[in-house]
Amino acid sequence: MKTFIFDCDFQVQPGQFVNVWLPRIDEKPMSVAFADGKELHLTIADVGPFSRAMHELKVGDQVGLRGPYGKAFTFEPNQSIAMVGGGFGSAPLYFTAFHAVQAGCTIDFIIGARREDLLIYRERVEKLKGATLHVSTDDGSVGHKGYNVEILQKLMNEKNYDMIMTCGPEVMMAAVARIADEKKVPAQISLERYMKCGFGLCGNCCVDKTGDAICTKGPVVPLEYVKQVEEFGKYHRDDLGKKHKF
Amino acid sequence: MDTSIDFLGVTFPNPLVLCSGYLGITASTWDNLARKGAGGITTKSIWLNEHKGHNNPVILANEDFICNAVGVPDAGIEKAKEEFKEYLKRNNGVPLIVNIIGGKADDFVAITEAVNELKPQLIEVNISCPNVEDEHGKPFATSCPDAARVTKMVKSVTDIPIIIKLSPNVENIQEIAQAVVEAGADGITAINTYGPGLVIDIDSAQPILANKVGGVSGPGIKPLAVKKVFDIAAAVDVPIIGMGGVKTGRDAIEFMMAGATLVGIGSALYYRGEAAFKIVLDEMVEWCEASGVKSFSEIVKKTHSVLDSSSSL
Repeated sequence: MKTFIFDCDFQVQPGQFVNVWLPRIDEKPMSVAFADGKELHLTIADVGPFSRAMHELKVGDQVGLRGPYGKAFTFEPNQSIAMVGGGFGSAPLYFTAFHAVQAGCTIDFIIGARREDLLIYRERVEKLKGATLHVSTDDGSVGHKGYNVEILQKLMNEKNYDMIMTCGPEVMMAAVARIADEKKVPAQISLERYMKCGFGLCGNCCVDKTGDAICTKGPVVPLEYVKQVEEFGKYHRDDLGKKHKF
Repeated sequence: MDTSIDFLGVTFPNPLVLCSGYLGITASTWDNLARKGAGGITTKSIWLNEHKGHNNPVILANEDFICNAVGVPDAGIEKAKEEFKEYLKRNNGVPLIVNIIGGKADDFVAITEAVNELKPQLIEVNISCPNVEDEHGKPFATSCPDAARVTKMVKSVTDIPIIIKLSPNVENIQEIAQAVVEAGADGITAINTYGPGLVIDIDSAQPILANKVGGVSGPGIKPLAVKKVFDIAAAVDVPIIGMGGVKTGRDAIEFMMAGATLVGIGSALYYRGEAAFKIVLDEMVEWCEASGVKSFSEIVKKTHSVLDSSSSL
């Protein structure tokens, strides 16, 4: 896993994505991990041919960036927010937290991963004043042994949040959404679907049953919206439109 | 005003139909657009079997044009069957035009037979794809005999009205139109994309599309598309679905005056968002009401009637 820092003046809101282009290889949507109008950060794991090619780049190499696209996470000043990130979902949540604490929000930042070395952004979050880090790992190598959702559940028994934000594996987000719904707390969920164009024309990221393209309707959508998304937590579609279960 | 219009015996609630290739992969998407004002829905091109598309980037869009090489990805007829069934359940009163495609002439027979069982209101045939049996992979749509042969083969295995979608990349679109109509085409869709075109990223000196070149559509091609529709309407007496860069109600009316009965909405979804159908229709109605037009059918081929009837431009 690497974080790439680009000289890039895009004005990006946390939760938005950019399409990253390597000529003659491919172009993929990537959630922005940080941007301030001068730099743009992307945290990318080495998981396939495209990300492998990214990892082989050297400092000074150029890539194509277009965007930013999609809807961002939103918050009001001085809110109490729980952020639940799984795996690489922590990156856009960190970006959101960075802005939210400046607006006087207090944040419980709950991240989970299979094991300690897969936890990302721990150090960055620990440095944020106003954010409290909570960690879980499947193997118990650090923090709570089990799921981050269990931490959320426990915290919610002790305190009231104004907002829950989540980004990560969909099964985890579906669990977060259920808890938020039960406790009647507003939530924002960052949906991931197979996106090609990024601006609502190709139709590859349209979800059942609403039929909306998630690249423009989302990726961040409110809890009320995912309740209409029949496939949420159940299945997604591939580049040909075929369904695959989570 | 009553915005409905008849096309090959099918009543469309309004003349604006989704162009094939935009969005339409799933029943939910078709239904969503129907509920947002589409008068008809054309599916993406359906292959008999799975067909991989191109890598990204597949679509480039700017204020002047759209250039795409998506590569016609599709999961094949089995997935399509599931989506049809689901769409029918939604029962929204908006007709479905199923667009089919094949690589060889025989493929069109097999896909037509499969689609025929699903009883869609209309079948649109995409013959702009390369003919894999042709030495140079020349599209069926660029040759009178090839276009006629595919039309005849499709027609021979279905009673559902068939519409042939023509390519503008020919010198003789009137002859092609006559050839497909003589072979049994019930209607014509015009036009498919121009090109191919090339868009280069000057920072890397690389073509941006993964396929390097792509079909050009959008506002930049509108006058070219209107001319093709006019020429086809002058040459043959079948109803036409006209398309190419429609962005406003005035644009749609222009296509109807050139000879279109239905008008495709595609790039407008980029320029005006998912409300495009409703906005464009409202603009059409507003113009009609201000101009004393009581029904859209009155304006179909209007420009032909104000010119010398035998004129070609």
